[in-house]
Amino acid sequence: MTVRPVDYPPPFAPSEAIAAPTDPVSQRIEVGVLIVGAGPAGLACAIRLGQLLEDSPETAERLGEVPVAVVEKGKSPGSHLLSGAVVNPRALRRLFRGSPLLDGVPTYGEVHGEAVYLLTKGASLRIPPPPTMRNHGNWIVSVSQLGRFLAEQAEAGGAAVLPETDAQKLLVADGRVQGIRTGDKGLGRDGTPLGAHELGSDIVAKVTVLAEGTQGHLTGAAVDRFGLEGEQPQIWALGVKEVWKVPRPLRHVVHTMGWPLRKRARYGEFGGSFIYPMGDDMVSLGFVAGLEYRDVEFSVHDVLQEFKTHRLVRKILAGGERIAWGAKTITEGGFHALPKRFHAPGLLLAGESAGLVNVPTLKGIHYAVESGIMAAEAAFRSLQRGESPARPGAFASYDDELRASYVLRDLREVRNMRQVFDKGFLVGGALASAMTVTKGKLPPKEFGSEANADRTLIRTDRAARYPKPDGKLTFDKLSSVFLSGNRTRDDQPSHIRIQRRVPRELAELWVNMCPAQVYELGAEDDDGTVHVDVNPSNCVQCGAITAKGGRLTPPEGGSGPEYTLT
Amino acid sequence: MLGKAASLGGDVAGVLLGSGVEGLAHQAGIYGAATVYVADDARLEAPLPQPRVDAIAQLVGEQGIETVLFAQSILAADIAAGLAARLDAGLNWQLTDIAADSGTLVGKQSALGDSVVVDVGWKTTPRIGLFRSGAFDPVERATGQTQIQTFEPELQEFSLAAEMVEQAHAEESGPSIEDANVIVAGGRGLGEPEKFGLLEELAKALGGAVAATRAVVDAGWYPYSTQVGQTGKSVSPTLYIACGISGAIQHKVGMQSSKTIVAINKDPNAPIFEFADLGVVGDLHAIVPKLTELVRARKS
Amino acid sequence: MKIAVCVKEVPDATAHKRIDPGTKRLDRSGEGALNAFDANAVEEALRLKDATGDGEVVVVSMGPERALNSLRKALAMGADRAVLVADAAAAGSDLLATSLTLAKALEREQPDLVLFGQQSSDSDGAVLWAAVAERLRRPVISQVAELTLEGGSLTGKRQTEFGYDTIRAPLPAVVAVADSINEPRYPSLKGIMGAKSKPQETVSLADLGVDAGQAGEQGSRTEVLALSDPPPRGEIRKLEDDGTAAEQIVAFLADKRLI
Repeated sequence: MTVRPVDYPPPFAPSEAIAAPTDPVSQRIEVGVLIVGAGPAGLACAIRLGQLLEDSPETAERLGEVPVAVVEKGKSPGSHLLSGAVVNPRALRRLFRGSPLLDGVPTYGEVHGEAVYLLTKGASLRIPPPPTMRNHGNWIVSVSQLGRFLAEQAEAGGAAVLPETDAQKLLVADGRVQGIRTGDKGLGRDGTPLGAHELGSDIVAKVTVLAEGTQGHLTGAAVDRFGLEGEQPQIWALGVKEVWKVPRPLRHVVHTMGWPLRKRARYGEFGGSFIYPMGDDMVSLGFVAGLEYRDVEFSVHDVLQEFKTHRLVRKILAGGERIAWGAKTITEGGFHALPKRFHAPGLLLAGESAGLVNVPTLKGIHYAVESGIMAAEAAFRSLQRGESPARPGAFASYDDELRASYVLRDLREVRNMRQVFDKGFLVGGALASAMTVTKGKLPPKEFGSEANADRTLIRTDRAARYPKPDGKLTFDKLSSVFLSGNRTRDDQPSHIRIQRRVPRELAELWVNMCPAQVYELGAEDDDGTVHVDVNPSNCVQCGAITAKGGRLTPPEGGSGPEYTLT
Repeated sequence: MLGKAASLGGDVAGVLLGSGVEGLAHQAGIYGAATVYVADDARLEAPLPQPRVDAIAQLVGEQGIETVLFAQSILAADIAAGLAARLDAGLNWQLTDIAADSGTLVGKQSALGDSVVVDVGWKTTPRIGLFRSGAFDPVERATGQTQIQTFEPELQEFSLAAEMVEQAHAEESGPSIEDANVIVAGGRGLGEPEKFGLLEELAKALGGAVAATRAVVDAGWYPYSTQVGQTGKSVSPTLYIACGISGAIQHKVGMQSSKTIVAINKDPNAPIFEFADLGVVGDLHAIVPKLTELVRARKS
Repeated sequence: MKIAVCVKEVPDATAHKRIDPGTKRLDRSGEGALNAFDANAVEEALRLKDATGDGEVVVVSMGPERALNSLRKALAMGADRAVLVADAAAAGSDLLATSLTLAKALEREQPDLVLFGQQSSDSDGAVLWAAVAERLRRPVISQVAELTLEGGSLTGKRQTEFGYDTIRAPLPAVVAVADSINEPRYPSLKGIMGAKSKPQETVSLADLGVDAGQAGEQGSRTEVLALSDPPPRGEIRKLEDDGTAAEQIVAFLADKRLI
């Protein structure tokens, strides 16, 4: 069987997400700096701009009535944010620069200890935490709560935060980025306007910052349009997590490797789990697996359910109750997959959208905040007298600063670590250790990686080992989607682009991959292909489909999950 | 409800307001009213709330009535609330029961989508209560004379400002799913859109409405206005018959407070069997037509 | 023409609604949102304003200070002004206390028309407008699925269990709209961005001339005594069709006096 997702590309071209402004000039919404995405990167950018503009009223005036606007496709800031998360506080400290606001950052305390386990089906072996996984002094947070807090600070600093607003197209004219076009609201399933219908708008800005997080819709289009592709293709992992209320507090941060993932290279299963205490009465746990896996029956959601049946995890969750669930992809390509440049005329890329995630240390939030701060400073500099954001090279200093900072230094150091796990867990592990100890100098070879969708598919009997959901410890996908707060309006056009008639193996890959049960096997044809049925309103916008042969686009603003604790 | 009121002790009276309604007074007596107060007035003919507030408030004042109970209807809710404001009286609604307790009355209220039962009280008299329809079964009194007392209602000017231009007639087509007492709902187990015809027949025989799950509405088998569930409508009929519906939570939250749930599904592991009062594992294509036949036979 | 719309901030629908066993009141600590049914009332007010070409739409509400966020959604849709009665003494108000306070706030505005939404998603009640109309001594029409205004009188098509009544009333009047009356508009981006600068007034009970004793739990005539779990659904029966399923269903329904 040589079916590869990449051979069945979705009916979507990145150029579809690029357009010139079409609204009459008087109807365009004008803002000074437009930020796409109310996540840690976008909001840090908005907060920093607020600080800079407060000290520079002339610049603020030049930016018009709305100097800074942040658009967010979720119902409110935080609705689409999901992570573990253990955060290095250095960037947040820099952002709030000694102000008492720093004390207001919602956290679940500092990491007091950590444990790393290598699991087998029946046992767990505690191993010393690899140097990349030392979290002492770091903060445990819910990134969703952090987003809500940062949004409040951004608004207090004068930014207009606009939730339920999806950025459908990047406005490009005269060779530079001019803003975005938002999507229509109130369209029926077949695209015809319903009773309440609101056309999208052109939002034009002097500077546009894309901080869309994983699988950024406009970022993908911008990279294509401005030739910003990195050396190697970007790759992703899918994380599915739950938050549990537990009677016994967990005292340290836990990471596991090994079971239930399979070690042999041919399966392409790389990943592990995290279990973090959230205060005394809650626990955040999740399973992350790279999307280069090959088995059509592999399902991260079900692997998480299986993982919970391990004695080690049962003990932690005993007597508890599941109170939240969510799923999201994580950008894993690291240094080699970073875009060639982090800017283009009128445009800045920040945060995970720009690939700034350190997979071996499982950190990205502080890079997001740091890059958001730098993007704000670069935008501000370009708006000074005698300078213009449209000048070619106006943002070159942003790239320089980013590259000189610890952000890129860190990523460079661990640049090959992720890729070597293609060689399987044991060989990969050994190579990774060598890299850590030598800070990236050994081994001297640069390791490449394949795009997730290029991997050929195989089939094993994996699904037989998934536990049957019992509604107490293990759960099915539909009730999980319900717990994510997803109430997406049904009667709207489908936002998922995939080929609808594909080989059975590919359809099964999608059906099992999707944590929200968006895809189902439809009618089978004589030639072995099947139709793929799609339930777009289940979608929690994790982005996995984009890594494996399809393309997620943003649905109507406000759709999707309403995370609060993830 | 007259029967329930009678069981609480004390004097029970029924109130009849309208035009040409004296004939109905005896019926109130049969079901538990020792006295029936009747105001027969052309101005009370139209089912409008405000003149009735005037009439009942007048009665409460004249007769020293301590408690006024209503059965839920759109009209009754408006009257009860207006009366509460007029008399400065407490109003408890969504009541499913009431009991005497240490000289006062305590009501049982079903709240938050039937997820919690609240004991509610009245701090003062008069007390006003609004009960869910069907909360009590009618009880016929064995004996007793019913005293019928007519009275002249004094109606306020502002109460008469609204006028009925045209009154509603009973609908020819069945009730909407929000108003229906019986709902027959279909899901993917139907197999094809044409099979909704079976459900329509059953609904007609039962005097109910047809509803659908999100999956079949998505597939275009039935209109969105009939979708029951988290992103559709919430319904709480007296009887909900779910045919070919798996019972995923997205659907369940839209119908779980139905009084009685019957489920027909050929998958014995369907989640709906965990909360259906009567679950039938079988082929709906055979069972539903037979059921329709039997219901029709019973009715005739 | 001045239209006042009474709206309420309620716990967001995804939040698990629960009654706090300590205070015996609804737990409102989570995210709040504009009561979905009130959006229909705001929309109807805006349509009437658009049709007459002039006029003012004021949203009036009672709640904690942070309810202003939800009122802003109405402003973003196009309402002109918001008035919030925010007073700690008003917490825990029952129908009587709430209708008194709202009536006083409305009297201060002297609107030609007062609109309510069909019900509130956090109290299962659908009664407030009748009590407010009584206090204002104005005609009330509820469950209105279609509303027309001509001269100084309005005609409402009222949705009842038996079909539609057509009722006419002179202004000033109180109307509660059914959710089928319209599709609330999406606030435009310009509307959302402009909402913050529209007048938003917070008033206290004292500003309205309402004595603290008439509001909150003190001013309420009903009380919550206890909470309990609902009775279990009762026995769940499951049977396999042996050819007599239809008969068994009929027997079951007959037993419950459903047919």
